[in-house]
Amino acid sequence: MHKFYMELIRMRFLTMLAYRVNYYSGIIIYAINIGAYYFLWGAIYGGQQQLGGLSVAQMTSYVAIAWMSRAFYFNNIDMEIAQDVREGKVAIEMIRPYNYLSVKTAQAFGEGIFRFLFFAGPGIFLISLIIPFHFPATAQGWGLYLLSLLFAFLINTQVNLLTGLLTFFMFRNDGMIRAKRVIVDLMSGLVLPISFFPGWAQTLMGFLPFQAINYYPSLIFTGVTSAARAWQLIGFQVIWMVVILIPILILWRMARSRLVVQGG
Amino acid sequence: MIQVKQLQKEFRIHQSRAGLGGAFRDLFSREYKTVKAVDNLSFTVEEGEMFALIGENGAGKSTTIKMLTGILTPSSGDIVINGFVPFKEREDYVRSIGVVFGQRSQLWWDLSPLESFRLLKSVYKVDDTAGEKWLERLIEELDIGSFVSQPVRKLSLGQRMRCEVAASLIHKPRLLFLDEPTVGLDVLVKQKIREFLRNLNETEKMTILLTTHDVSDIEALCKRVLVMDKGKLIFDGLLSDLKEHWGNGTEVSFQMKKRTKASELRNVLGDMPCTIEQINDYSLRVQVPRSQEMLPFVLSTVMASFDVSDVKIMETSTEDIVRNIYRTDGEVASHA
Repeated sequence: MHKFYMELIRMRFLTMLAYRVNYYSGIIIYAINIGAYYFLWGAIYGGQQQLGGLSVAQMTSYVAIAWMSRAFYFNNIDMEIAQDVREGKVAIEMIRPYNYLSVKTAQAFGEGIFRFLFFAGPGIFLISLIIPFHFPATAQGWGLYLLSLLFAFLINTQVNLLTGLLTFFMFRNDGMIRAKRVIVDLMSGLVLPISFFPGWAQTLMGFLPFQAINYYPSLIFTGVTSAARAWQLIGFQVIWMVVILIPILILWRMARSRLVVQGG
Repeated sequence: MIQVKQLQKEFRIHQSRAGLGGAFRDLFSREYKTVKAVDNLSFTVEEGEMFALIGENGAGKSTTIKMLTGILTPSSGDIVINGFVPFKEREDYVRSIGVVFGQRSQLWWDLSPLESFRLLKSVYKVDDTAGEKWLERLIEELDIGSFVSQPVRKLSLGQRMRCEVAASLIHKPRLLFLDEPTVGLDVLVKQKIREFLRNLNETEKMTILLTTHDVSDIEALCKRVLVMDKGKLIFDGLLSDLKEHWGNGTEVSFQMKKRTKASELRNVLGDMPCTIEQINDYSLRVQVPRSQEMLPFVLSTVMASFDVSDVKIMETSTEDIVRNIYRTDGEVASHA
């Protein structure tokens, strides 16, 4: 079984490689986004040294790394699940001796690794040539970042599984999937670091899992946090991961008993 | 091997209201209608049996197969197959079965069938050497060797279907389900798949269940037939009994040399339980119920009394029988 999941990851990786032209355009889009934010933040800072606890240099790194992290954790498995349900392909998934959700997660992971190596890697390199960029200075910094990025991937994938699973009950939830994408981008700190939100919004978001998807790993990368604080953030991520697992398992059970295979 | 008791499946179907106002009302409260797709279905199957589930579109065949394969959860009733309850122990259960859906592919679209097979082997943890040998046999018997390494999207339907069958058997299951496996295939491919299935049933003692609309599938493969109508089982028994029960018997048409009337024929045949039909002045059709002695008697009597120029004997085909069944709201005929 373990072999099979490795195989799935490898296969998704190879499929992504086959459609790599998509990704050349993707890199350009990400670069434009990062560039735009860089100049925007430059204007906002004006002459000031610090805003919301971040210096200009840290903010630049934050914006760049937030987008690069997104390349790794982002995936469309909710769309894929929705499609499987809509077209009745779940029937085929159900006759196989594996867990559908684990398979989807493995596929998402294959996609994540591909993007990380061929997308985020070259992207960061390109950007570091153009704008001042600070990499973590120590191996420990890198390690903490990668670990928290892995959890960010898992949490985001779980959120996607959750929205994907809702298709079993609603049959069409494209709108919700799109709304979720915007909410995740906004609330995870991709568009704006969480520390820039008004106090009440920060409190509110403290009760939501989204900042664990992007804000935590990006914060760790910029080096604003101490190692102890970083471990604490990773701890929050683990807690969120466990917490979100519960509704997934419940929904999956319910979905199994309510499953309708569409189209004969 | 398969035990099904009082199986039921109900679906709640959302009824849309008419018009724009109706659509608005639908936003707030929806009306549902409960439909019984499978109604009180019970049957048992022994190991090594090969049998067909037939019925009109919407009779509940596919729903039944989906419950038997663990995809759908029954509303009530019991299923035990290979010692498993399919919907409860799905992951363990599906290791012992193979499934082919005629309308859905289980091969990976961008990969070649061979790569799909390899992947499936790791899914089912198939032993390497024995698995390889078995796969070679599948490839040879289904005659798919020449295109097995082309991407699936480049295969014809007939080629793909044979690969689907191979894919469903990669783990050498004890039980094979085929849901309309021959839809849209040409005669040669159908024949190849049938021969393969028959051989599999004989050599491996594999239990095979198929649903089909194609009556020739049943004639070629199955002894036992289950007929479903509106979710209910209306016949469970041997194909020969099915013919006995629902068939029109045998039809004999005589071509006479002289003008002959139906009444003349009736005189000769006496009070034989048969119907005589005048087709034109020279030809007549006699319908004889199925029975061993009746047909020779009719033939010899008619031949002895009239100048007959031609005789044609027509057995009612299974196709006619199926049509008969579909037309009547028949009573349940039980097997055993």
